[in-house]
Amino acid sequence: MPLILTEEQTMLKEAADGFLSENAPISALRKLRDSRDADGLSRDLWKAFGEMGFAGVIIPEEHGGSGLGAVEAGIVAEGLGRTLTPSPYFGSSILAARVLIDAASAEQQAAWLPKIAAGDAIVSLALDEGPKHQPNRIATTAERSGNGFKLNGAKGFVLDGHIADALIVAAKTDGGVTLFLVDPKTSGVEIERTVMVDAHNAARVTLTDVQVDADAVIGDVDAGEAALEGALNLGRACAAACLTGAGDQAFATTVEYLKTRKQFGKLIGEFQALQHRAAHLFTELELAKAATLGALQRLDAGAPKADLAVSVAKAKAGRVAELAVQEAVQMHGGVGMTDEFDVGLYMKRVRVLNELLGDAGFHAEKLARAGGY
Amino acid sequence: MADLETFRAETRAWLEANCPAECRGPLDNDEDRVWGGRQATFKTPAHKRWMDVMAARGWTAPQWPTEYGGGGLDREEAKILASEMRRIDAQMPLSSFGIWMLGPALLQFGTEEQKKRFLPEIVRGEIRWCQGYSEPGAGSDLAAVQTRAEDRGDHWIINGQKIWTSYADKADWIFCLIRTDPEAPKHLGISFVLFDMATPGVTTKPIELISGKSAFCETFFDDVRVEKENLVGTLNRGWDVAKALLAHERTMIGAVGDMGRPMSQVAVDSIGLDDAGRLYEPMLRAKIAELEIDAAAFRLSMERVGDQVKAKQVSPAIASMLKYYGSELNKRRHELAMSAGGSDALEWESERSNHGTPARDWLRTKANSIEGGTSEVQLNIIAKHLLQLPGA
Repeated sequence: MPLILTEEQTMLKEAADGFLSENAPISALRKLRDSRDADGLSRDLWKAFGEMGFAGVIIPEEHGGSGLGAVEAGIVAEGLGRTLTPSPYFGSSILAARVLIDAASAEQQAAWLPKIAAGDAIVSLALDEGPKHQPNRIATTAERSGNGFKLNGAKGFVLDGHIADALIVAAKTDGGVTLFLVDPKTSGVEIERTVMVDAHNAARVTLTDVQVDADAVIGDVDAGEAALEGALNLGRACAAACLTGAGDQAFATTVEYLKTRKQFGKLIGEFQALQHRAAHLFTELELAKAATLGALQRLDAGAPKADLAVSVAKAKAGRVAELAVQEAVQMHGGVGMTDEFDVGLYMKRVRVLNELLGDAGFHAEKLARAGGY
Repeated sequence: MADLETFRAETRAWLEANCPAECRGPLDNDEDRVWGGRQATFKTPAHKRWMDVMAARGWTAPQWPTEYGGGGLDREEAKILASEMRRIDAQMPLSSFGIWMLGPALLQFGTEEQKKRFLPEIVRGEIRWCQGYSEPGAGSDLAAVQTRAEDRGDHWIINGQKIWTSYADKADWIFCLIRTDPEAPKHLGISFVLFDMATPGVTTKPIELISGKSAFCETFFDDVRVEKENLVGTLNRGWDVAKALLAHERTMIGAVGDMGRPMSQVAVDSIGLDDAGRLYEPMLRAKIAELEIDAAAFRLSMERVGDQVKAKQVSPAIASMLKYYGSELNKRRHELAMSAGGSDALEWESERSNHGTPARDWLRTKANSIEGGTSEVQLNIIAKHLLQLPGA
């Protein structure tokens, strides 16, 4: 498989980038943030996103989706990284959809997948508990109770949790981890929207004696980890794509600035100190793009050790995007520090995407473990 | 796709049957490589056999046309061959500047006679080539070469000096940048010329480096007679050939960023694991993990650039990116190898250290970011051609 996009994928990229730059430029993010919008995203936009086939990019056609693969999911994620558009894409279209496609019953799939694809419903994955991503350490419990289970615990960093129509909750059961489809209106579920640094959406969810029926279980009891793994791998690879998009856009803005801003009587892009840093960053971004596309292709191919390729991509894209936004602010000087200018928004978004689903350190640790050292 | 799967299965079976056990696994050091040439040496007879069987299939130059002795593989097939060779840890059957650098330039700029004459010999490892580019006054400023050719009708008389000529003392032929028009602007008076190192007037002298050993030589030309049929490309337009060839050289030097045993294995063997199965040195462990991430991303980048080249989506200046990153990566790798090796890696003369191989290899890598154009020159090229920054 060549490490370049096919013709169809290139068309999808053009469609996604075109849609986003036209309908959801950075000014849309600013408007949501400055008006303290209750949802923190535009439902109309999300619906239109669904009509374009982007919200259901990985959802099979029989459930109203586009039935495409990881590479295509990554293309949309990269576009969202370029425009910083807040949307339920990660939580609903990637993480929740992947879990439902891979593990849910026919009834659960029929109930939720078409709505996710159409942009009509938002389903969020409630997984993380501490401030760092540790999917192997789940303290939330599910005890057998009545004809189902009773859930207790607290979740954080639940993407779009405050406006979710359903939550997928990971909880510890006797023999492992089990995933539950929970109605947020169930008694005992408390949801607090956490306004974050990047003006994107997340929530804290507290579960106190939340009673769910047996048919809330997704897949088999105790078999949640396997179902999560596919979703986490896809989510991480898409986060890498989003980071690459954000880093690349911040870099493009910086290069433009180097060509127009004058200091000491010349364009600042004429100074070799800045040229070399820009050239280094270009190189790093090319590596991040290659690592990301490589990981997405491996996921589609079902390659052995695809998860390790995903860790390489998430770690590399995370570090590179971080460097790109830091250089963007530094090279823009004082203007880069102003709220009015966009590069700060990229810096904030990259910080959040780095924490999402494991930062560079988490993935380096995973690789070291897998490498036996 | 089905064809490619068949190709993979056949290639796997053929390699299994034909790659001798002696030719699998990492090389102990650079001197064990097979370079071919008139004075070829082989570590074992199996190494000669391995080179010969691969050359017979054209698989020492898998993507060259079969009419010039190459393998005639397309890019996807060549990738499969490479991955199948990696799978069994097969050593490179032939290391060759002819394959890596001159061949691609001849395919692009050579006459039909030149291709027919030189390429099959390169594929079979019969002639070993060296590169005469740098001069004492023209290193990174390569177009400043002063070695000159006097026009004598059907031949030239060449005088001058080259430096950093890798393996000049072991090479059979040289490809060279020579000033053929001293009046022209510096990029427009240079020609690309080939000649036999056995020609009267050619002498070489090895240069000792900080690594205590080196492939580098000084090379002197004293009234060397060269027939004009050995000009490649257009007279005085050798710079075009040189640029194309430098792109190949840079990609090749960059590729060293991803060779040898995994650094984590080197470290585990050297310092061992704690009870939790982690390397005893947490900082070293973290640095190694970071290096391996960068190396994996770099490997994919090289692959992607190859695919982009094939799809005609890429600027030639992208070779500078690979050269820059790969050589810096290789330097990092060897710093870590020294760190992981500790006092063992410091031994300069002992059987145990294979005559100081770790230390000598480490010192040798310091040239990676100088040879083939310094890292700074590569960054200038990226800034100018890829980013189009002003005045770069």
